[in-house]
Amino acid sequence: MKKLNLTKTSRNNFLTYGFVILFYIVLQSIAAGGHMSSMLKGQLVPICAYVVMAISLNLTVGVLGELSLGHAGFMSVGAFMGTTTAIALKSVVASPTLRLICALIVGAIFAGIVGFLVGIPVLRLNGDYLAIVTLAFGEIIKSIFNNLYLGLDSHGFHMSLLDNKLHMEPEGKLIIGGPMGIGGIQKIANFTVGFGLIMVCLIVIFNLVNSRAGRAIMAIRDNRIAAESVGIPITKYKMMAFVTSAAMAGAAGALFALNFSTFVANKFDFNTSILVLVFVVLGGLGNMLGSIVAAAALTILPEALRQFASYRMLVYAIVLILVMLIRNNPTIRSFFDRFRLSKKGGAEE
Amino acid sequence: MKKALSLMLALVMVLALVACGGGNSSTDNGSSTPAPAETSTPAPAEAPAGVQVFKLGGTGPLTGGAAIYGQACANAAQIAVDEINAAGGNVQFELNYQDDAHDAEKAVNAYNTLKDWGMQVSLGSVTSTPCVATSAETFSDRIFALTPSASSTAVIADKDNQFQMCFTDPNQGSASAQYIADKNLATKVAVIWKNDDVYSKGVYDTFMAAAPGLGLEVVSDTTFQDGNDTNFSVQIADAQSNGAELVFLPMYYTPASLIFAQAKAAGYAPIWFGVDGMDGILTLEGFDTSLAEGVMLLTPFNADSDDARTQAFVKKYQEKFGDVPNQFAADAYDCVYAYAQALEASGATADMSAEQICDLMIQQFTTMTFDGLTGDGMTWDASGEVTKSPKGMIIENGAYVGLD
Amino acid sequence: MSFLDSLISGISLGSVYAIIALGYTMVYGIAKMLNFAHGDVIMVGAYICFFAATRFNLPPLVGILVAVLLCTVLGITIEKLAYAPLRSAPSLAVLITAIGVSYFLQNAALLLWSPNPKVFPNFFLTHAADGTEQTGLELGSLRVSYVTLVTIVVCVVIMAVLTFFINNGKLGKAMRAVSEDKDAARLMGINVNTTISVTFAIGSGLAAIAGVLYMSAYPTLVPTTGSMPGIKAFTAAVFGGIGSIPGAFLGGLLLGVIEIFAKAYISTQLSDAVVFAVLIIVLLVKPTGLLGKQIREKV
Repeated sequence: MKKLNLTKTSRNNFLTYGFVILFYIVLQSIAAGGHMSSMLKGQLVPICAYVVMAISLNLTVGVLGELSLGHAGFMSVGAFMGTTTAIALKSVVASPTLRLICALIVGAIFAGIVGFLVGIPVLRLNGDYLAIVTLAFGEIIKSIFNNLYLGLDSHGFHMSLLDNKLHMEPEGKLIIGGPMGIGGIQKIANFTVGFGLIMVCLIVIFNLVNSRAGRAIMAIRDNRIAAESVGIPITKYKMMAFVTSAAMAGAAGALFALNFSTFVANKFDFNTSILVLVFVVLGGLGNMLGSIVAAAALTILPEALRQFASYRMLVYAIVLILVMLIRNNPTIRSFFDRFRLSKKGGAEE
Repeated sequence: MKKALSLMLALVMVLALVACGGGNSSTDNGSSTPAPAETSTPAPAEAPAGVQVFKLGGTGPLTGGAAIYGQACANAAQIAVDEINAAGGNVQFELNYQDDAHDAEKAVNAYNTLKDWGMQVSLGSVTSTPCVATSAETFSDRIFALTPSASSTAVIADKDNQFQMCFTDPNQGSASAQYIADKNLATKVAVIWKNDDVYSKGVYDTFMAAAPGLGLEVVSDTTFQDGNDTNFSVQIADAQSNGAELVFLPMYYTPASLIFAQAKAAGYAPIWFGVDGMDGILTLEGFDTSLAEGVMLLTPFNADSDDARTQAFVKKYQEKFGDVPNQFAADAYDCVYAYAQALEASGATADMSAEQICDLMIQQFTTMTFDGLTGDGMTWDASGEVTKSPKGMIIENGAYVGLD
Repeated sequence: MSFLDSLISGISLGSVYAIIALGYTMVYGIAKMLNFAHGDVIMVGAYICFFAATRFNLPPLVGILVAVLLCTVLGITIEKLAYAPLRSAPSLAVLITAIGVSYFLQNAALLLWSPNPKVFPNFFLTHAADGTEQTGLELGSLRVSYVTLVTIVVCVVIMAVLTFFINNGKLGKAMRAVSEDKDAARLMGINVNTTISVTFAIGSGLAAIAGVLYMSAYPTLVPTTGSMPGIKAFTAAVFGGIGSIPGAFLGGLLLGVIEIFAKAYISTQLSDAVVFAVLIIVLLVKPTGLLGKQIREKV
């Protein structure tokens, strides 16, 4: 039984890898052939960033089983720190791709550290109380970045909170300008690195989930008390999943930010957290392939709906509600199930 | 279920891709119908010889919290385009305004949609943060952009083909400080600003930089944010207890209307001084205009003006959209007419590429003089910044009266 | 700003959060779902009342009644169309549907009523002898607006009525049973669907009242009016212990007071951060909110 399960999981994992690789190849060849619209081309990197956000949040919500409403906060940390790194390294590292990778790593590290600090209080709580505390941290992070000023001159970094009093040398460069966010970013993010990031995150998540730690994390999700009673250190494993998830969100944030010439802290607010949660729930809890498809589809959907003119967002809302109903209503579900051949085991998530 | 779902979502995605691809092919050969835009004007059918129809695009927040500004611009630009096309001149437009929900990411998406549509000249974006993002795109794609209302300096900084119809933020901040000092309105000043907003911050910074040199003492400096913009009791009390004679409000009129009401309830009646974002307060539906009595503001546009063109525009706007146009609308209206003038003078033709038109426009805009609703004799320098004089206005008996 | 002034401002802001939180917590307590569309029902209620008062010149009380009635209908409709089909689905699925409903209401309002702000009329004023309008009571240097007084009174009344209603009578009993255990309640012959529909009807009616009071205090009405107070009220409800009716009232008041104190004594720039930091600390000390039930975990 156990063996069968394992092969099934690995088959699913390879299906996911294959799907991502296939899509990458298809999209790259369309782009190379010059048949891709600028609209879609402009969306490729944001889609990668949202996919990484979705699979990383799925680790917290689907695998660990804790509702997080502040995931955009980690994205914000990654975006600000990653972009700062990219700007600071401009004169040192010549290759934009290398600089981008440095930015992703730094973004991930900082977001991971913040994730750890946030995790200490958050993981002591449960359910909706945990959710509201993550929301609170997301808002606090947003508030801090809205008031943070960071400059760079020959003496290194200068930082100040609330006021733009950095005491820099005249040739110093203001990097983070409080509510102005970061501006004048050189757009170095590209689709290939975005694809690479998705693959790395998938490999990390699948290996984590299929390891001893992953089984412990899922045991905690399914029954915390039972898990505790067999001697699983709850906090350690919860923290492991939480920090991994935060670090990936940080890398996604850095990737996202380096695709635009400017961004502000308000971009990473509660609404963005909710948007990512929508990807996760729509794609299915614990289902990474679902998250990937949902993130990509829902990122493109509002753009594809532009022909509905002013009814665009209304149609988007209706589609969202309908998809949730179709996916979760037993009657409609059984209607669709009738068309499917003998499937029983893989249906439950 | 997982698989059924994945398949379904994949289907949605494929459909979306097809839709995107469809948009693309229409620009390639022009045979398939382009997706109808949010506010698109059909090109005049079979344009007579000599008539050049240019594709004019712009992005703005047509949905979400900032929708009022985007819709004002889209509506006014539509009026201007209709007028120009109806007049039957040589330069005509096809207008396409796309929604960016006041977000840099969506603005770039909207811009790319416009690019696929074949936009030749751009109206940039309506609000500052999205416009900074799209201006980087229009700069690298060599499409000329004239934004009606994105006033941040970052929009035009280091970009030769980005122009503004509105004043830059720093201009407004220092002009306001200068005005207050010149007219001896007050020496003790309070500032209430929105500390998560690019526009408010930009005006605030230069006001604060200019104030000390002009003998203005800032005795109270308080802020508010999105989602925290309903209760101003602390900010008002701080200004009051520090004895501020004048309160400077670099913000839009929606929060300002709440500040006026709450200050009145608290029995505080300083001189209120606003910037161009304050314009529109008198036409707020249900607003008690007596609250805004004595408010001073620097604005280039006045919907109550007795200027014939302004009156005609206001009337047309009201008939069509039911509201009184604000300064954003006037700026967008001016943008379209400025384009008409520049395109006419440059001799550009509709079969030129965006890049060719861009070069002609840079040349035209830096040399021409334009008279519009928001000022006479406007000129632009090579940086893209407009030169026009803000008018000092004071609200008396529920109407603007020019200050001098 | 003196301490007492700040306290009064805080209470007036908090009373608005409290009345919104009551609706939130009521729906959560019975139906066990976070109704993220609650804030938008508030917005719809405010618009209905606004149009009743300004376009149709109905007296304020009639306007409020119309708003309550229409919002109740709206609440039942939303529940039947969007939430009822998901009765057996995981609660997260319903949460996402609620977000979809919230988007829908906001964008429908944008199309129907344009994004231009509307200034809500103040119903709560008296005319002094010289004909000037009075919007509040003056007690020496202190000032309490009538809206605040009315809001607090309405909060207390609603709280008392809801508590009485839930603790007495057949429907109240049914609600409590449904909130404890849906399946067991069904076995006892309780119509779970009807009970939950009634809960939403009451919640939406309360939202209309909250909308009118919220707009009377802060009278700028736009289609996105409901979203931020919705989040703040959700925070308030959790703060007080979600599901607890007196908790929502207490949580709302405290949230308002903390917000104003943070602005007055710490920084207007970081007030939101301070509010949320206090919330985190409180939840660490009392993990189920101020008045939340301590749920014993069964092994």
